[in-house]
Amino acid sequence: MSKRIALEGSFAAAEAARMADVDVIAAYPITPQTHIIERLADYVANGELKASYIPVESEHSAMSACYGASAAGARTFTATASQGFFLMHEVLHWVSAMRQPVIMAVCNRAVAPPANIWGDYSDAMTARDTGWIQLFAVNNQEVFDFVLSSFRIGEDPRVLLPVMVHLDGFTLSHVVEPVILPEQEEVNRFLPPYQHPYAIDPDNPMSYSMVMGPGIYAEIKKAQDVTLRESKEIILQAWKEFGDIFGRYYSPIESYKTEGAKTLLMSTGCLSETAKVAIDRKRDKGEDVGLIILHLWRPFPFEELYQAIKDAETLVVFDRCISLGGPGGPIISEVKSALFDKRKDIKFAGLIGGLCGRNLSVEQFEDALDKGREIAEKGSEEVFETIGIRE
Amino acid sequence: MQGELIKFGKNLVAKDELLTPGHRACQGCGSGLTIRLSLKALGKDTIVGIPAGCWAGVGSMYPDTAWRIPWMQTLFENAAAQMSGIESAYRILMDKGKMPERKINCVAIAGDGATNDIGVAALSGVLERGHDILYICLDNEAYMNTGIQRSSATPYGASTSTTPAGKVSIGQTTWKKNMIEIVAAHNIPYVASACPSYPFDLMNKVKKGAEIKGPAYIHVFAPCPTGWRVPPDSTIGIGRLAVETGVFPLYEVENGRYKLNIDRPSLKPVEEYLKPQGRFRHLSDTDIEMIQKRVSEEYNKLKTKIACFAA
Repeated sequence: MSKRIALEGSFAAAEAARMADVDVIAAYPITPQTHIIERLADYVANGELKASYIPVESEHSAMSACYGASAAGARTFTATASQGFFLMHEVLHWVSAMRQPVIMAVCNRAVAPPANIWGDYSDAMTARDTGWIQLFAVNNQEVFDFVLSSFRIGEDPRVLLPVMVHLDGFTLSHVVEPVILPEQEEVNRFLPPYQHPYAIDPDNPMSYSMVMGPGIYAEIKKAQDVTLRESKEIILQAWKEFGDIFGRYYSPIESYKTEGAKTLLMSTGCLSETAKVAIDRKRDKGEDVGLIILHLWRPFPFEELYQAIKDAETLVVFDRCISLGGPGGPIISEVKSALFDKRKDIKFAGLIGGLCGRNLSVEQFEDALDKGREIAEKGSEEVFETIGIRE
Repeated sequence: MQGELIKFGKNLVAKDELLTPGHRACQGCGSGLTIRLSLKALGKDTIVGIPAGCWAGVGSMYPDTAWRIPWMQTLFENAAAQMSGIESAYRILMDKGKMPERKINCVAIAGDGATNDIGVAALSGVLERGHDILYICLDNEAYMNTGIQRSSATPYGASTSTTPAGKVSIGQTTWKKNMIEIVAAHNIPYVASACPSYPFDLMNKVKKGAEIKGPAYIHVFAPCPTGWRVPPDSTIGIGRLAVETGVFPLYEVENGRYKLNIDRPSLKPVEEYLKPQGRFRHLSDTDIEMIQKRVSEEYNKLKTKIACFAA
């Protein structure tokens, strides 16, 4: 029997890694680290998880040790956020290009300066092109479910790519919510043992990460891109099977009250739940609005996005990250480019808010929708509007 | 030295070449020779990780490879950390019964820049955590792969492309960072200096480092004819001169105990080592005198430490 218990987002991530029976964890405890690695250390210390826990001296070494461990054939997990995530950045590219399915939870937080520890997606968005599969969780149940399914997705021999699960710093990582935990037997049914087909083996010596010049580099990168794009089908299969076993079904883009909606709000992460309440209220008032939630950031779900907005006339995209000097937030600029050829008629409005953990209320989302509709109809001199900023 | 089992002599060295001929290293590469000898000592159950540097490329230019053992290029600063991940993975996979028990040597081989400069934090972390890896530093005293730029291992007075000797500059103005002593301060089981000019000593140390449980570090003086501006056939001779003048003494620190491996009754003048090398060509007699003073001081310091353990 599965059980429903109260868990922090951090503990939900740690629990998923424990139930996946990870072999190696390498992590560094700088702030902003979270309870994820502390909880895993407890599990190892108490014998509840048989794993090698490497308390490294930096985040760079954390990801480096994960890379080595994964290459040697171990199921590998780590967690980080913000500044630590930046220190890892160089290694992120190596892990994906070397096709190592390292799984990482990222408790998204703002970038310093100004020094801070609160949540937004400034860290996540810098890793857009690192070649990792990237998922955004909305609540702590999704944190557990996404971390668990990441092992299945990343380790699939047709994929062999690392996966990041993004969860909002503090708002999910440090907040207790009810989470349904499955039985170990169910997990074992969903997640086969890990077997890297190209693990380092002295009996079958190979050279890894050789020097490759202009004559082959582009082909390697193209192959990597094709694999990442094609991983979407495997993600869909894995989530289908996940739903069949655990009863919760996920999709790259979740649609909420989108039937007949002429105006759609698009959001990511935990604030989507606040946005849902705003949509409920507007629906009660008879307004034709709906919400779409982006779960899968890489590979980008082009087809699912197109299907989700096909009846809408206006798309208001909410970004929790500022793209300094750029074309609005990172998500709206991708959405616009994804729809450019297919939906020349759709009107866009870009909103940015919730930076560095600033709270957004239901009323603010309601106002934001009105504002977004106004911008979409009349146009705006600004590239984007910022919600609730003092000028 | 007396009473110790000599593991390698000229008839006891493996004939197998785990580093094949045909790689792209320069003629007379001291690092290449070190790797070839080290692999003979280590055998085939060995995994080597090498960060950016000459040997990240010269033996593994796709589609060719000179490595007959599993080989990985690592990032510049993470060779130690990456090998610690591999070592930890094997340990837990064997513990969990997911792979059969066997001894696999996890070896990081990195240049002086990757070791002394950019990778020093990762190396220190691995030594402190006590991973069972062997770390070999190939010290050719500058960033040779990218065109002879100075590192913190470059000796005082050497002309490099970022510390060129000029009308108002002597070249490198700082003294070589003593990485062996920095590593020894971590109190790991085994630290040694070695040089391919003394092949059996080198191979014995590599073998010992691999067999000892816990971290082992071998700092190899690896002459670079290209960067040092000497003829390719002088690699062995220059290495010998470095040892015979006391510039690079060969010693071990085993469980904290210092031991000199090549102990000469008297040292040759440092000038004999400096003069043949183009990188020191500009040095005046006064400069050489200053270097001689420093070398003698450092050598005497080392002898004092060794004397502590002689009784």
